Amino acid sequence: MPLNPILALGGLACALFTLGATGAVGWLPVPDREFLARSELVTLAPGSFAHPLPGEFLRQNHPVSAPVVRATVAEPFEIMKYQVSASDYRRCVMAGACKPADGRGSGNVPVTGVSHIDAEAYADWLSAETGSAWRLPTDVEWAYAAGERFRGDIEAGETDPNNPAQRWLVQYRTEASLGRQPDPQPRIRGGFGPNSKGVADIAGNVWEWTSTCYVHTTEAADGAGIASSIDNCGVHVVEGFHRTYMSNFIRDGKSGGCAVGTPPDNLGFRLVRDRLNLVQAAIRWLRLS
Amino acid sequence: MLTRREALLGSVLAAAAVATVGSMPAMASAKEVAGLPREKVTLVAPPFVHAHDQVAKSGPKVVEFTMTIEEKPMVIDADGTQLNAMTYNGSIPGPLMVVHEGDYVELTLINPDTNTLAHNIDFHAATGGLGGGALTLVNPGEQTTLRFKATRSGTFVYHCAPGGPMIPWHVVSGMNGAIMILPRDGLKDDKGKPVRYDHIYYIGESDFYIPRDEQGKFKKYDSAGDNYDDTVKVMRGLIPTHVVFNGKAGSLTGENAMKAKVGETVLIVHSQANRDTRPHLIGGHGDHVWEQGKFANPPAKDLETWFIRGGSAGAALYTFLQPGVYAYVNHNLIEAVELGATAHFTVDGSWDDDLMMQVEAPRAIAS
Repeated sequence: MPLNPILALGGLACALFTLGATGAVGWLPVPDREFLARSELVTLAPGSFAHPLPGEFLRQNHPVSAPVVRATVAEPFEIMKYQVSASDYRRCVMAGACKPADGRGSGNVPVTGVSHIDAEAYADWLSAETGSAWRLPTDVEWAYAAGERFRGDIEAGETDPNNPAQRWLVQYRTEASLGRQPDPQPRIRGGFGPNSKGVADIAGNVWEWTSTCYVHTTEAADGAGIASSIDNCGVHVVEGFHRTYMSNFIRDGKSGGCAVGTPPDNLGFRLVRDRLNLVQAAIRWLRLS
Repeated sequence: MLTRREALLGSVLAAAAVATVGSMPAMASAKEVAGLPREKVTLVAPPFVHAHDQVAKSGPKVVEFTMTIEEKPMVIDADGTQLNAMTYNGSIPGPLMVVHEGDYVELTLINPDTNTLAHNIDFHAATGGLGGGALTLVNPGEQTTLRFKATRSGTFVYHCAPGGPMIPWHVVSGMNGAIMILPRDGLKDDKGKPVRYDHIYYIGESDFYIPRDEQGKFKKYDSAGDNYDDTVKVMRGLIPTHVVFNGKAGSLTGENAMKAKVGETVLIVHSQANRDTRPHLIGGHGDHVWEQGKFANPPAKDLETWFIRGGSAGAALYTFLQPGVYAYVNHNLIEAVELGATAHFTVDGSWDDDLMMQVEAPRAIAS
C-alpha cells in the first residue's frame, strides 16, 4: 500500500477546512439542528504540540521509540465533547444503517462493542442524516483534543540494540507498573470528567477509534527523516489510557490486540465535524433533498 | 421431593456410610510414626511454594500441614464475573504441599462455621479411604486431622469429594490443588543424573461453568448453594465458560508474571483436577517433563507441548536460554486467549544471537 508521509499528518487533517463556521450554519437542515441540540461539540483553536507518532519505528534494523514531532492543527475543528452514546448509536441501528453494538450499556453511556467499521458506518449515517460531514478524528486530532490526558504508546526508551528482549521487558514492566485494573462497566457520559480543553471522558474506560492507519516506518540511518514506510489500513490507531492498534473488525479490545499487557476495557468512538464551505454545504443539502 | 438443603445433607450421609467401611491405619504403624521427627509447614498461596529441600536431609518424618476451607465469592475475569468459590486456604488452586517419599503427610482440615457446606479432601497420592475423603468429611464448625504415608513420588492432585453430585461441583468451584512428593534423593533426568531447580511455580488450571441470564450475561448468586441448579446445567454441557490459571484470567500476568533469569532452571507443576489440558511455553520447551507427574518414570525430553490428564498433575523442568516475555499457555489457543488460560514469565539476561536473531527487520518486499 502506498504511504502518506506521516510527518505531514497534522497538516493533512486540516486540509478540508476552508471556511469558518458562521457561513455554514444557515444551511443546516432541520435534523442536524435537532441532533446538535442534544450533542455538544467542543471547538478547538489551532495550535501545535509535541506529538509521538503512532506505529512501529526501526532505525538501523532495530526498533526504536516513536519520534516526537511538532504536530500542527492549522484550523479550528469541532469534536464531540462526549463519546457517541449507546442511544444515539441505536438510532443508526434502528435506521438499518448500523449493526447492533456488542456493548454493555444503553441510554446515556458511551456505545461500546463497536469496530472501526461500525464507527465509520455511524459517521456515514450521521452525515447523511444531518447534512454535515462527520468523521473519525485522526491520531493527531485526537491527541490534540486529549491534551494533558494523552499518553501515546507505552515505550521502552533507549534499550540495548543487541538484546531485543530488553525492549519487550521494559515495555511489559512499564505497562504493568501503571497498575491499571480492568474497569469494564461503561459510565454515564461525563463520568470521567472534562479535560483542560473541555473534552469529556478522555482516557476513561472506553478506548476510541481514529482514522489513522497502523504503519511500519524505517527511519533514515542518521535518524533525521524517513527512509521508507508501509502502512496497513486493515489496522487503525485506537486511543485512550494508552495508544494501541486494532484490526478494523474488532469490537472487543480484550481479544483484539495487546498480546501481553493491558487491553482496552471497551472500544467506542467520538466524531469530528468538518466545516463545509458554502458550495460543499449546498451540494450536500441538494443531494439530501 | 428433596429440598436443596436435604440434598446436601443426603450426600453427607452417603459419604459417612462409605467412611464406616474405609480402612484404618494399624496400631503398630501408628506407634512407629509417633517416634518420627515432626515438621510443621506453613503453606503459601500459588504460584509460590513453601520452602523445601530438593534432596531430603534426613530420614522420613511427619510433615504437618493445616488448611482452612473458605467459601467466598471470587472474581474470575476482567469483567468482574463472580464465582461462588470453595477453596482450600483461600486460593484457587489450593496450596502446593511438598514432602519426600516415605514421609507422612498430616493434614488438619478446618471447616469454619462461617461456611455453609460440608467438605473433605481426596489425595490422589494417598492409599485407601477414598484418598482420605472417607475420613475427612467436616461440617461447618468442625475440623479433622488425616495422616497418610507418601508411598509414591510424583505430583498428585487433591480435591474435595463430598459424595455424588457434590464432587464435580466442589471441584469446579475451586476445591482442588496438588501435592509434590519428591524422591528422597531428588529429581533425576532420563539417565538417572540429578537435576535441580532454581525456582518452582505451581499452576493450577481451572475450568469454570458460570450460568448466564436471558441476555447472555453471567449471573451472580448470593451463595454457593443458590447457584447449584444453574451451574450443574452448564457443567453438563461440558463446555467451560472460563479456563484459567490460578483462579482468574490474568492472575499470572503483569505485576504477577512469574520471574526467572537466563540460565536459571524452573520447575513448573501444573495440575488440572477435572479436565485435560496441554501446557506450552511459547518460545521455550520442556527440557524434562514428567507428563504424568510420577518421578519413578524417566522424564520425557525436549517436549514442545505436554499433556496433563484431567485429574492429574505434571511437572516440567526448563532452563531459560533467552531473555524476554514468555507466555505459558494451554495450547488449545481458544482456551488460552478467549477463555483465559495464559500466564507470563519475564526472563532477564543476555540475548543469544546464535539461538535467534532478526537478520532483517520488516521492510517493503524487494521488487
